[in-house]
Amino acid sequence: MRVEKCFFCSSPMYPGHGIHFVRNDSKIFRFCRSKCHKAFQKKRNPRKARWTKAFRKAAGKELTVDSSLEFEKRRNVPVKYNKELWQNTVKAMKRIEEIKARRQNHFIANRLKKGKELRKEADRKEVEKNIHLIKSPAAGLKQKKQMVEVVMERDVEEMEEN
Amino acid sequence: MAHIVKHITVVPSYKDFVDIVLSKTQRKTPTIIHKHYKISRIRDFYMRKVKFAQQSFHDKLSLIITEFPIVANLHPFYGTLMNVLYNTDHYKLALGGINKARQLIDDCAKDYVKLLKYGDSLYRCKCLKRAALGRMVTIMKGQSKNLLYLEEIRQHINRLPTIDPNTRTLLITGFPNVGKSSFINKISRADVEVQPYAFTTKSLYVGHTDYKYLRWQVIDTPGILDHPLEERNSIEMQAVAALVHLRAVVLYILDLSEQCGHTLEEQLSLFRNMKPSFSNRPILIVINKIDIIKPEELPEDKMKVLEEFRAEGEPVLEMSTVTDDGVMAVKTEACERLLAFRVEQKFKTNKVAAVANRLHVAMPKKRDNKERPPCIPEKILKRKNAMEVDKPTRRLEKDIEQEMGDDYILDLRKTWLLANEEEKYDVLPEIWQGKNVADFIDPDILKKLEELEKEEEARENAHYYSESESEDDEETREMRKTARKIREKRLILTKESGEKRRVEKPRMPRPTKRSRSQAQLEGDMMEMGVDVPNDEHSHYTRAKSRSSSRPPIKRARDESVGGTSRSKSRTPRDKSGLRDSTMVSKVKKIAKKAQKPRNHQAKKGEGDRVILNMKPKHLFSGKRGAGKTDRR
Repeated sequence: MRVEKCFFCSSPMYPGHGIHFVRNDSKIFRFCRSKCHKAFQKKRNPRKARWTKAFRKAAGKELTVDSSLEFEKRRNVPVKYNKELWQNTVKAMKRIEEIKARRQNHFIANRLKKGKELRKEADRKEVEKNIHLIKSPAAGLKQKKQMVEVVMERDVEEMEEN
Repeated sequence: MAHIVKHITVVPSYKDFVDIVLSKTQRKTPTIIHKHYKISRIRDFYMRKVKFAQQSFHDKLSLIITEFPIVANLHPFYGTLMNVLYNTDHYKLALGGINKARQLIDDCAKDYVKLLKYGDSLYRCKCLKRAALGRMVTIMKGQSKNLLYLEEIRQHINRLPTIDPNTRTLLITGFPNVGKSSFINKISRADVEVQPYAFTTKSLYVGHTDYKYLRWQVIDTPGILDHPLEERNSIEMQAVAALVHLRAVVLYILDLSEQCGHTLEEQLSLFRNMKPSFSNRPILIVINKIDIIKPEELPEDKMKVLEEFRAEGEPVLEMSTVTDDGVMAVKTEACERLLAFRVEQKFKTNKVAAVANRLHVAMPKKRDNKERPPCIPEKILKRKNAMEVDKPTRRLEKDIEQEMGDDYILDLRKTWLLANEEEKYDVLPEIWQGKNVADFIDPDILKKLEELEKEEEARENAHYYSESESEDDEETREMRKTARKIREKRLILTKESGEKRRVEKPRMPRPTKRSRSQAQLEGDMMEMGVDVPNDEHSHYTRAKSRSSSRPPIKRARDESVGGTSRSKSRTPRDKSGLRDSTMVSKVKKIAKKAQKPRNHQAKKGEGDRVILNMKPKHLFSGKRGAGKTDRR
């Protein structure tokens, strides 16, 4: 048993799911759901459909070149079963996935940085230019005036006392 | 060339000819012209007509000239035949006339185009064009007889049999009524009329037959009589033309019974007279009608004549077209002779020598007497022998299954060759969190993982991950909040403004009462942070007082009591003829009610006759198919 990859969207396909299409040159195409199958029949290019893994990889939305991605591979080298090796592999897989997830997250966060900065800049400008919409430039003028008057009165009183 | 010409198009009569060309000119050139057009344009218009007519005359006449065969270029047989049938002189004259007419028409058109260049009004140009076309037609009229004659010839040529002068041909000749046509009917697929009177066949007929898988042309000629060439009529002349010009085997048919009305002596003399004309080709003398009288039963004097025939040096054969005796023999003999003759002719040419020199047939010789059997390697021989011997074979799963019966369970793992035998029946992990364990299997995975860990550690140490997680400070958060508030406010403002401007009912002038109230203004300002106390400092009231204090511009007129009557302004239309206000309101109500059905039909009033969609598609185009409802 294997978990296959969908030809179109590259999502995992568990046994008993999806459709296999065998072309007359014996190439097998697997589709996880009818959406992918239909897209294929319409001759859509998975690299151009924004919702596929292929697009995200091709457009630089996700981590593509990294040493942590080198572990999972179909190696066409038969390896004889060895209990120790299998145990090590399962252990290693967990650690590898951890590292991979971290790196991928970091990559995405890094990618989003630029947008964050731009938004900050836009906010700054918005506040600078359009503050009058929520706060009148005349706000607090009267109070200031009154305060000045009070201070002056107090000064006068003090003067008189003196 | 199988026929004189492949195809000749119909030659129309003079009237048709003119009709064709003039109507073509009318159809294919522009037809609208006005006298106020620029003169150059008018001239061009008429010049084009003249030129077009000339060109179409020219094309049609050229077609006739090119399509009719030129006698000099034809095979001599056809040349003679044309001369016999149509009189070459007349034919040449007719074609010459057509050629001349073509030239005249070209010249005429040239002249008139020149004249048209000086035409100074529409009328003059038109007259010139008329004259030009008229002259062309007159020229063609002169050719009407030639056209008729050529049409006749065309029809006749089309009906001529297709005779190929160069293929293998049997040519049948003899006196009239000796059985030439019956012979051709017997040996070929032709169907020539046979009647018991002389000159049933009046022209050449062609049949085809097969011999030795070759195609043979059989030509039936009209009978010929024994008199000098000058006295022969055109029917006989056709036969003579064929006899003289076709390289064929000549079958001279004799009527032994003399039923044809000509004695044997006459037939002999004709043969002798004709012999020089078909010299240099094989000749067969064929005695026909042996069913009536056999050569042996002939009287003495006739026998003598027959002997003379035999003495001519040509082979003499016998046949009867009625009983089919000897017909096939005659055909075979004739074909054989012609074949032999043609081969002989070919050998005489110098082409043969060139080919013969180049021919060489090689036969391989045996090298020596050594045996050369096929070579089979020893290994193969051994294997071959081993295959035949019964060896104890491996025990198969099938055997085990048969032995154990229902208890059998297929076990494929027992043959596994592992380092540790105990691990054979381990349960293998296959899938973990949507990943195939098999994809990760790699003998040196631990080493690689260690490297990865090292890399990761290095990154940790360099604060690679932490630097990205910079949190916003208080100030920035505050600013962002403010920006969001501003945006919300702006959104509200735009929506309100859109609401105000929405077109639902006719736009009216601003109502007298302003929609903005003092309370609203105060609220707005409070919101924006301006304190608006309603005291002596605020000045809402001042503006109002100012406007109310202004004196009226005009004094209102009031009804003078008991004064002289004055003219009033006209009553408004909706109140004219109505007694009082109750009546007005009543009438208004009625009018509104009457308007109701029109409102349902979206009409303004009774004067509104607009039909928005004159021809709704669904009512005027065919039935709806099984597909979408919006397509027909």
